[in-house]
Amino acid sequence: MARYDRAITVFSPDGHLFQVEYALEAVRKGNAAVGVRGTDTVVLGVEKKSTPKLQDSRSVRKIAKLDDHIALACAGLKADARVLINRARVECQSHRLTVEDPVTVEYITRYIAGLQQKYTQSGGVRPFGLSTLIVGFDPHTEKPALYQTDPSGTFSAWKANATGRNSNSMREFLEKNYKETSGKETIKLAIRALLEVVESGGKNIEIAVMTQKDGLRELEEAEIDEYVAEIEAEKAAAEAAKKGAAKET
Amino acid sequence: EQLINLLDTFTRVQAQRPKRPTGRTATSSNARKKGEEIESGDAATPPSSPSIHRFRNAGDAMMKLDMSALETQFGAPAGEDGGLLFDVDGAAMPAMEFPNCPDFDRFQAKTKDMVKNKRGTTTLAFIFDKGVIVAADSRASMGGYISSQTVRKIIEINPYMLGTMAGGAADCQFWHRNLGTKCRLHELANKRRISVTGASKLLANILYSYRGMGLSIGTMIAGWDEKGPGLYYVDSEGARLKGNRFSVGSGSLYAYAVLDEGYRFKMSVEEAGELARRAIYHATFRDGASGGCVSVYHVGPDGWKKLSGDDVGELHYQYYPVEKTPVEQEMTDASTS
Repeated sequence: MARYDRAITVFSPDGHLFQVEYALEAVRKGNAAVGVRGTDTVVLGVEKKSTPKLQDSRSVRKIAKLDDHIALACAGLKADARVLINRARVECQSHRLTVEDPVTVEYITRYIAGLQQKYTQSGGVRPFGLSTLIVGFDPHTEKPALYQTDPSGTFSAWKANATGRNSNSMREFLEKNYKETSGKETIKLAIRALLEVVESGGKNIEIAVMTQKDGLRELEEAEIDEYVAEIEAEKAAAEAAKKGAAKET
Repeated sequence: EQLINLLDTFTRVQAQRPKRPTGRTATSSNARKKGEEIESGDAATPPSSPSIHRFRNAGDAMMKLDMSALETQFGAPAGEDGGLLFDVDGAAMPAMEFPNCPDFDRFQAKTKDMVKNKRGTTTLAFIFDKGVIVAADSRASMGGYISSQTVRKIIEINPYMLGTMAGGAADCQFWHRNLGTKCRLHELANKRRISVTGASKLLANILYSYRGMGLSIGTMIAGWDEKGPGLYYVDSEGARLKGNRFSVGSGSLYAYAVLDEGYRFKMSVEEAGELARRAIYHATFRDGASGGCVSVYHVGPDGWKKLSGDDVGELHYQYYPVEKTPVEQEMTDASTS
């Protein structure tokens, strides 16, 4: 088996591309990221590891804007992310120039996924070690969209998804608790999913909200703390109600 | 450098032949690396033109083309005709002289300009409240010769977009077909039709990249997309203009006159078609390079549809029926009665 993981271009006898799978491992080690699609809002949330005291946290933005109406969060190798994000930004503008229309979310996702795939089928290169969550509003239909890509170059649309550390537990939570939401409810759902795996508190979470009208907006720490407080209160109330019911029966 | 090596080989093989002095080339050090021997050259040979053999004894042939590469090196010794066509020593062979040409550097470009198509045609298109009307004549001319009266100058790019042809027929046909391919690929990849804006931009970018290479295209892209009717003028110089009324070709001046005079935004499809037909007819009447038939198309929300195709000769008598003078009238009556 060791012989089949050196070069990216070699299949193993049982049909695996080991480098791609190792890239997925790198993703699993990256910070948690979640995306939730509502009826009029899409929310991206990323786990923020505690910043060292001397570091300027503003220079470590984890949610990137690709165009006025498209944003991206990723889990995995941050340096690879920078390269991918730059290429995607250029492609967004190039599309605007050649067809005088902004990109659709599907188009830019397909472009990024295509780029990731190219690096799984070339000589001398390694795959990008990141999975991305791409959110945005379609310029023609004005509907919100959420897509995910991974190092193998596949992509698909999601109502809600998570990637990175402990993504399985987040996804399970989302599957259990997902329903069509809008506005603040969508934000709360994303935060609740993140809180499953992240230490609670505004300083450990980064949230960005995109709406058709206002584009992308990063939430301030104080706002996030408010939401967290609301969620904790709701949880406490639900617990109390359950205990109350249990006591009665 | 390879040339010199080849010639070196030949000169060595033909031991009888007088050795030719080789100019020392700038790359002689490379040749040495290859293991080839370089004959000691003439140190006095000017290094300015390293790759040209210089004939020491051929006189100063600065203006003459150097044909040493084409000379046969394996002939009979000088003096005997062993297969050579003429009985001359190679050194005395005449070099090719250029014809007397006042402007050697520019004569090719000038010729191209001279034969360039003057876009002998009339095409027009305009937007009105019910869509786009596109109309064109059908004459193809080569200078003073009418090569065809039945050319289809309105090209169907896809069921909801039309392009007009003015300039080189081959260029227009090929690039419109190519544009159709690109539009279809866009549709398949993005699951939605390309806009007229996008299609015209694709064509304009392609034509711009061939700018200066002799393409001759003056086209209008007309279509109906999500934003409504769209009309763009695109040409081989790389221009792309958005507008409501365009006419392209040698007869466009005449067509503009009639079109601008009769144009209103709110018209019925029949009225608009008739305006287009009249405009093209008048252009064919006065312009020698336009004629044949007038084709009129309408592009609506459901795509394009051909409205009519009329011979301009017949249109002429429709618009200006012959009025018989009294004498002629009498003669006709006499013959029929």
